[in-house]
Amino acid sequence: MEFESGNSQLLSKIATSDQHGENSPYFDGWKAYDNDPFHPTQNPRGVIQMGLAENQLSLDLIEEWIKKNPRASICNGEGLHAFKNIVLFQDYHGLPQFRNGVAKFMAKARGGRVSFDPDRIVMAGGATGANEMLMFCLADPGDGFLVPSPYYPAFNRDLRWRTGVQLLPVMCQSSNNFQITKQALEEAYQNAQKANIKVKGVILANPSNPLGTTLDRTTLRSLVTFINDKQIHLVCDEIYAATVFGGPSFISISEIIEEMESINRDLIHIVYSLSKDMGLPGLRVGIMYSYNNTVVNCGRKMSSFGLVSSQTQHLLASMLSDQEFTDKFVLENCTRLANRHEMFTQGLEEMGIRCLKSNAGLFCWMDLRHLLKEPTFESEMSLWRVIISDVKLNVSPGSSFHCCEPGWFRVCFANMDDETVKVALGRIRMFVGQRKDVEVQVKKSWHRNLRLSFSSLIYDETMASSPRIMSPHSPLVRATT
Amino acid sequence: MRLIVPLQGVVQGRGGLILGSLIPCALFYFLQFYLKRHRSPPSNPPSQSPSAANLSELPRSSSRANLLARGSTGRASLSARATSIAKPNDSPYYIGLDRVREDPYDEIDNPDGIIQLGLSENRLSLDLIEDWVSQNLTDSKLGVGSQALGLSGIATYQPMDGLMEFKVAMADFMTEVMGRTVSFDPSRVVLTSGATPALEILSFCLADQGNAFLVPAPYYPGFDRDIRWRTGVELIPVHCRSCDNFTLSITALEQTFNQAKKRGHKVRGILISNPSNPVGNLLNRDTLYDLLDFARERNIHIISDEIFAGSTYGNEEFVSMSEIVDSEDADKDRVHIIYGLSKDLSIPGFRVGVIYSYNENVLAASRKLTRFSSVSSLTQQILVSMLSDKRFIQEYMKTNRQRIRTMCDLFVAGLRELGVECTKSSGGLYCWVDMSRLISPYNEKGELDLWDKLLNIGKINVTPGSACHCIEPGWFRFCFTTLNEKEIPVVMERIQKAVESCKPSV
Repeated sequence: MEFESGNSQLLSKIATSDQHGENSPYFDGWKAYDNDPFHPTQNPRGVIQMGLAENQLSLDLIEEWIKKNPRASICNGEGLHAFKNIVLFQDYHGLPQFRNGVAKFMAKARGGRVSFDPDRIVMAGGATGANEMLMFCLADPGDGFLVPSPYYPAFNRDLRWRTGVQLLPVMCQSSNNFQITKQALEEAYQNAQKANIKVKGVILANPSNPLGTTLDRTTLRSLVTFINDKQIHLVCDEIYAATVFGGPSFISISEIIEEMESINRDLIHIVYSLSKDMGLPGLRVGIMYSYNNTVVNCGRKMSSFGLVSSQTQHLLASMLSDQEFTDKFVLENCTRLANRHEMFTQGLEEMGIRCLKSNAGLFCWMDLRHLLKEPTFESEMSLWRVIISDVKLNVSPGSSFHCCEPGWFRVCFANMDDETVKVALGRIRMFVGQRKDVEVQVKKSWHRNLRLSFSSLIYDETMASSPRIMSPHSPLVRATT
Repeated sequence: MRLIVPLQGVVQGRGGLILGSLIPCALFYFLQFYLKRHRSPPSNPPSQSPSAANLSELPRSSSRANLLARGSTGRASLSARATSIAKPNDSPYYIGLDRVREDPYDEIDNPDGIIQLGLSENRLSLDLIEDWVSQNLTDSKLGVGSQALGLSGIATYQPMDGLMEFKVAMADFMTEVMGRTVSFDPSRVVLTSGATPALEILSFCLADQGNAFLVPAPYYPGFDRDIRWRTGVELIPVHCRSCDNFTLSITALEQTFNQAKKRGHKVRGILISNPSNPVGNLLNRDTLYDLLDFARERNIHIISDEIFAGSTYGNEEFVSMSEIVDSEDADKDRVHIIYGLSKDLSIPGFRVGVIYSYNENVLAASRKLTRFSSVSSLTQQILVSMLSDKRFIQEYMKTNRQRIRTMCDLFVAGLRELGVECTKSSGGLYCWVDMSRLISPYNEKGELDLWDKLLNIGKINVTPGSACHCIEPGWFRFCFTTLNEKEIPVVMERIQKAVESCKPSV
């Protein structure tokens, strides 16, 4: 039989679907960077990568610690017995010292205001794996999770691809600085009900990606009330907890539930990782922390699919228990982030570009609405194309974060050195100078027009092609009609 | 009708008082039963939070009607999957592992603890690894540089499916391990955090929920978790028998396939383990060719789990599926190999697994899925060094094989002295032991009774055949590479003790 032609039929639906999202235009920016990466001396005209939220500001501190503590890396010198125990260790409970270290660090990132139980710490393959694992535990295929937008684009892949869960955006507007309102939550919930989608919970990142803001106490409390009333879950991805470099200080969901009464703690779950706070994405340390015993139990067994390497656990157990080091690290890291943030936003302000006031994260949410020819997503896309090809910066357009207003861009600033930041600012300055003539009147009611004019350049082609019924008010659904 | 006749009989005096009283009683009980089942569930008010008053301005939705009735603290509803997975382990395979964790044997600290013979771990050659590490991994180089910590900086984005150097090192290692008869291509290597996710990812790629894989039984108990839990793919056992030395028969494969088809299952592939677990057989060249033919005729995949490829010690030659595919040009697209460093290199903790496929589409999809299960970059850095030291690897593989052979011989001899035989195995870290004459009754219950005695009286953890879906009762998998030579007599004594307690009292 003719094999080649029947080839792709041999694969599963998951393997052949577009749910990985990598065919979307959003990745054109990455491709542009890959083809022409910036280098200060070898390729000074290349594309500067500002679309990757990586923290490289405090890498030297980590390296220094590793050099000073060589035994931590592979536990040699501690004798054969200790070595054997580590290399053989594949218990899905995780090394107790590792869990203790993580619990201590998590508490530290929250200013010591709350403590974490090491027995509730479950490993996963990065925060990516932790988020997916929670979906597997909390929802069945077809169930929905509300997610305030704008949100991290990879949620579409991580939360939906293999789990079959649907994401239902909760619209946040720039008029109130993209805060999550009760009304928006209720509206999204109602829409889901009408579309016959069973809502299992709310998932959000706090501090927010891409906004870089932390949720205030009122919002957190009303969120908890909302989910508690409906007895649905709340998943807080607190991966940027220790990147809070300015006021107001970070309030974790773990603190809120201590303050409120009659909350069903079985509904509360936290996702954490060391990829952003410590700048160690390669170590694939994902943590699921749940207040629900059944979820901990189930998650722990599922962690077999994404256990942290025992070698890495051993290293981190050592590093995170070194209180002196972690104190110094958290402080220094935040100072460097604050400085970098200041430098970047100041530079942008001088050119008349505002960013959303933010106090956390490795990026800022840049307002380029005044540079759009029209307040449409098409305009945003063409502006973005210009930024990639002419200004040569890979920034991320707001539409890829499912922002309901065009003209916002996420720019990462922590994955480069000071010099490169200056180069980037210089390029933006030149660009802005050239575009000064473009005057755009921002209509107040433009967000409605947007939904209708949002073209087929959706980043999430899967949503359009998915047979599942989407929330009828989702801009993505509007786009296809 | 049936009720009326006896009642008539009662009325007319036939059947007597007994029926006359039995039937009304029965009816009475059925009535109670019916009422109990259909009693309306207790109504429970949803929990009120102190800030509930603030929500009064919001329109109450009809969603409240959709809420399941719950107590005031509520039982949050989880996925169907979670509820079943969270249940306590009921397979003896997992129960045994848990028991050892709680009460592990230690020669000095806990001599009455449970000896682990239920986990196929190789502790025989760790000293070699440790020596290499202390001699070669000088502290100053480790964990330094952005690549080690997984940052990309100015360089390229970190690939989730493994660093290129590591893929090259792994391909070379696999070539060495599988006897240098075939050369593995680094571009076909996809790295995952262990063979467990490698198998799951491959299953997600090759089958849809509800589809099935055929798997020769007895098989590794972990397959039930790795393949079925989250993918929803079914496993259909193809039973192998002691009369065949538990080798796979193509006839049995055909029969099982046809039966499955009749029952409406869509079979997407065959999962073989070679060397096999728990039996320790090697699949010979002819069988492998037959398998490929079988798969081709039915347009299904072959997944070959070759994780024990380097742990062979018999006189038989190990033949990898890749060797078969190499010689045939067509049909490569349906062959996929699972590998990892947990068995052959004795480093299960480091979490390194491999998907090796000849199918470009499978590779593309798998690579994307590795984002959920990637190998730690620091671990990769260490292992690149180790795997690239060809001289060390060759020495290690040779010594390791010898040690496994020695231990196997000693263990099998020890069992023979007790009057217990095993199948002749050529690979793996265990032996497949026939204790069928020692169980009573001759069925799964008898087998589990013996298992229980071995665990609780003998204080050794072994894996009963039923946990491996073996169709013949009385077979057990004993892993011997967790022991040192001194401990073998201890184990034999304990087996004796447990078996003696089984003897029916005269």
